[in-house]
Amino acid sequence: MNKTVNQKAWFLVLPVLLLVAFSAVIPLMTVVNYSVQDAFAGDFYPLDDKLEWFKQMLESERMWDALGRQVAFSAIILAIEIPLGIFVALNMPKKGFWASLCLVLMSLPLLIPWNVVGTIWQIFGRVDIGLLGYTLAALGIDYNYTQDFYAAWVTVIIMDVWHWTSLVALLAYAGLQSIPDAYYQAAKIDQASRWKVFRYIELPKMMGVLMIAILLRFMDSFMIYTEPFVVTGGGPGNSTTFLSIDLVKMALGQFDLGPAAAFSIMYYLVILLISYVFYTVMTNLDKRDGH
Amino acid sequence: MAKITLDNLAHSYLPNPKSEDDFALKELNHDWVDGEAYALLGASGCGKSTLLNIISGLLHPSQGRILFNDRDVTHEPTTQRNIAQVFQFPVVYDTMTVRDNLAFPLRNRGADAAYVAERVQQIATMIGMEDMLNRKARGLTADAKQKISLGRGMVREDVNALLFDEPLTVIDPHMKWELRTQLKSLHHEFGHTMIYVTHDQTEALTFADKVVVMYDGRVVQMGTPQELFETPQHTFVGYFIGSPGMNVLDASVTGDKAVIDGTEISLGQGFGTPTGKVEVGVRPEFTTLASGDVGLPVTVKRVEDVGRHKIVRTDFKGTAINVIAEEGAEISPDMNRIVFDPAGVNVYSNSWRVAPQGA
Repeated sequence: MNKTVNQKAWFLVLPVLLLVAFSAVIPLMTVVNYSVQDAFAGDFYPLDDKLEWFKQMLESERMWDALGRQVAFSAIILAIEIPLGIFVALNMPKKGFWASLCLVLMSLPLLIPWNVVGTIWQIFGRVDIGLLGYTLAALGIDYNYTQDFYAAWVTVIIMDVWHWTSLVALLAYAGLQSIPDAYYQAAKIDQASRWKVFRYIELPKMMGVLMIAILLRFMDSFMIYTEPFVVTGGGPGNSTTFLSIDLVKMALGQFDLGPAAAFSIMYYLVILLISYVFYTVMTNLDKRDGH
Repeated sequence: MAKITLDNLAHSYLPNPKSEDDFALKELNHDWVDGEAYALLGASGCGKSTLLNIISGLLHPSQGRILFNDRDVTHEPTTQRNIAQVFQFPVVYDTMTVRDNLAFPLRNRGADAAYVAERVQQIATMIGMEDMLNRKARGLTADAKQKISLGRGMVREDVNALLFDEPLTVIDPHMKWELRTQLKSLHHEFGHTMIYVTHDQTEALTFADKVVVMYDGRVVQMGTPQELFETPQHTFVGYFIGSPGMNVLDASVTGDKAVIDGTEISLGQGFGTPTGKVEVGVRPEFTTLASGDVGLPVTVKRVEDVGRHKIVRTDFKGTAINVIAEEGAEISPDMNRIVFDPAGVNVYSNSWRVAPQGA
């Protein structure tokens, strides 16, 4: 078949270009614009050093602290949610009424809006009226997430685990369901222990969905804002001020638009970088399957 | 290696089986002799795999007992029965190398490393995968994976029995032949009790010393390939084994005479007066075309030349009768009768064979 040249075909991509321009490129370029200028009282002043805000941010202890807390938070919730989700999936019924019931119950937390989750835990943990806070106080345990660093962290982490472990469990469950019975039967015939069944059958078969679960949970937790903001407001002090919370404080609280824009761009690049690494690892896993 | 006894065994997948129809496997008493190679032959869904899974302990029977060397193992889990089983579709441990796959059952039993290495090498030679031992099992072709599964089944020397559940389904035809031959030589060498499930009669007849034919959850006949051919105990065995299968015709039988749709033929032996649904079964090999007025009147429909012989498809008053004629035989248009060789005539009452009572 002969291909003919028709440059008018470019018009066919125009709608997509427009859409992408409005949804991604223009907002992003606005931020880039802010990051290289000094915005003050509605006017823009050019910077002597175009990268001044970036340099300032890179030297800012505040940003490094927020990044440190953020990495710690993501690492902790991944370390809890992934094994816990796998554990839950392994113990769910495989079929029948109870399997459906489990699935419905497990998806419930996933359906609750972020700030509702925050509000639930905010009230739940209150020492005066919250079931959890009151009970702990009655038991003589010193728990107050508004004043105590550890209490605040524990609350925020448990909240995230409560909210999102279901996602990991559901994904892992889907992975487990795709394993044919013959694998388990063969393992019995080969006299494999329960651990070996997990290590050599279940885990490899779950690897693909687990990578997706890790990626999703990493990205979501790295960008977390609403829930900790509603519960602790970033406090006590700055102890639960994660990157997004700090960014909002800077951009809207202090109206430091330039540094906040520089901050946003670096934040975005970090997420992009890590997601890219994940993506590469995942496609390599697939490739290994293909040979 | 063990003698396997099935005592009063039956299985239903329903929690409360009421009638016999609810049983996937109907009551069964049977001894699998130590060191024999059996083929379990039957159409899909006849209970072959159910029986196999009960023997290996993957299924718990609804009733009855299983004994290995007269020891009751009915309630023992699979892992304690020391059975090897190979499934229809390949099961390999993807993340392990071929070597580790083969070594897996031995290591799980805590075998000594030197022995494992030696045994794995032997098995790899047998399945022709010595040069792939260090490869990951992930991404191998289906038949390579199935060879690993077979190898893993055979790697333990002390197993009570080797069970095969249609293991060659995914293997290339030429490789099928080779693997089957290897299984056979393995059997001669080590004398394992082997049970080989298949729905392919050629596979069954070439592999086994004894073929067990199952139909509708029941063992209908157990015997050597020759017995299955010459004296099928059930019309199903007649249909299922042979190519084409046995001709089965409704008849009424008295003594040594049978009347088939108005035509009387001589049976050569007396069969008394069988009751119920009476049928006469004759294999195409014992049927010849003739001309004249003796035998059943037929019209020849088609002649198929399959190389070694000719299959003649004829029609007898609406019922198909197949005849096998020698390759050189002339089939002329005036051949309008078929004659049965009395040596190959079997009489069935309600599908079960009636034993002849002499002339």
